[in-house]
Amino acid sequence: MAKRESSFINMVTTLVLVTGIAAAALGFVYDFTKGPIEAAKLKAQTEAIKNVLPEFDELGETKTITPAEGADALEFFPAYKNGELVGTAIKTYTKSGFSGFISIMAGIDKDGNFSGYSVLEHAETPGLGSKMDVWFNNPEKPKQYVIGKNPGSTNFTVSKDGGEIDAITASTITSRAFLEALTLAYDSYKNNEK
Amino acid sequence: MSQLKNFSKGFIKENPVFVLLLGMCPTLGVTSSAINGLGMGLATTFVLLMSNMVVSMVKSAIPDKVRIPAFIVIIATFVTIVQLTMQAYLPSLFKSLGLFIPLIVVNCLVLGRAEAFASKNNLVSSVIDGLGMGLGFTFALVTLGGIREILGSGKIFNITIYPENYVTLVFVLSPGAFIVLGYLIAALNKIKKN
Repeated sequence: MAKRESSFINMVTTLVLVTGIAAAALGFVYDFTKGPIEAAKLKAQTEAIKNVLPEFDELGETKTITPAEGADALEFFPAYKNGELVGTAIKTYTKSGFSGFISIMAGIDKDGNFSGYSVLEHAETPGLGSKMDVWFNNPEKPKQYVIGKNPGSTNFTVSKDGGEIDAITASTITSRAFLEALTLAYDSYKNNEK
Repeated sequence: MSQLKNFSKGFIKENPVFVLLLGMCPTLGVTSSAINGLGMGLATTFVLLMSNMVVSMVKSAIPDKVRIPAFIVIIATFVTIVQLTMQAYLPSLFKSLGLFIPLIVVNCLVLGRAEAFASKNNLVSSVIDGLGMGLGFTFALVTLGGIREILGSGKIFNITIYPENYVTLVFVLSPGAFIVLGYLIAALNKIKKN
């Protein structure tokens, strides 16, 4: 088949056709994967709540609370065991990560200390900032460990800024953002308690 | 050129990473571990295979002057399909590769093969070229990622080989990527000369 000439009409029809077919194909795939993506996200969220809280048998009503600073609301998931509150999972976020938005599920037990956390969404550098999901969760390194602490009694800033938490090696910006997100969760939790 | 040679050239003789030096941004960015290299390599292979196939089929219908935008739309469509599918069915891999998946669109390897090979050759050769180049790219990424993971975090495919106290952190950081890549290219040139 001979090459089509680069006339104006040929160029316009070709581009319209190509983009049209591409749009149709993407629409189809989007529709097809929408369900599984939602399901995967929901599953990740449920898993995350289980990971960050002490054992519970029932989740209470989800509440959304807008923090004093910051535009978007945090989601609160209170968890009960035998009708008694054992902790609250808080879906918190920060926009000051090295690559912007980070979403974290943080668990606060009934004494007001962090009982666990799980990183839900981030775009940090793989191999560096992305290590935050294990870095602050290592009981062998007490200066990195955030579990069992809270921003009320511990200074939740990186040691470089005079705080009491060691930042991830070569990822100070990510670490600052991470601690900021946890502090936001804690502050909103305290405000909500009053 | 026999089809076997056409296929195998992507591994050593015209390896996209070690010889053509194409697609350096994802190469250096994601290879902090072998599994990330494998995921990125296979995603790129799929895009390369599909875009080579489609480009070689429609090449005579696309006027020369608009061929680049048409190719880019075709490539971007397949990248988005990969992204949505991965998000739906492999959420944990999607989480660790993060923003590098959409960046396959601007990987010069994909456009380079569409422009330099698929737009001039028939369907079968183009498919084989895409597959060979893609697997060659995957091979390079896994090698690079494996070496960096062993030296930088003492593990390979997340299996610990030696304790973390003895690792050389620089290898999982970006300078390490350049150092390892440089040595690999030097070694390959030495082998090719003999």
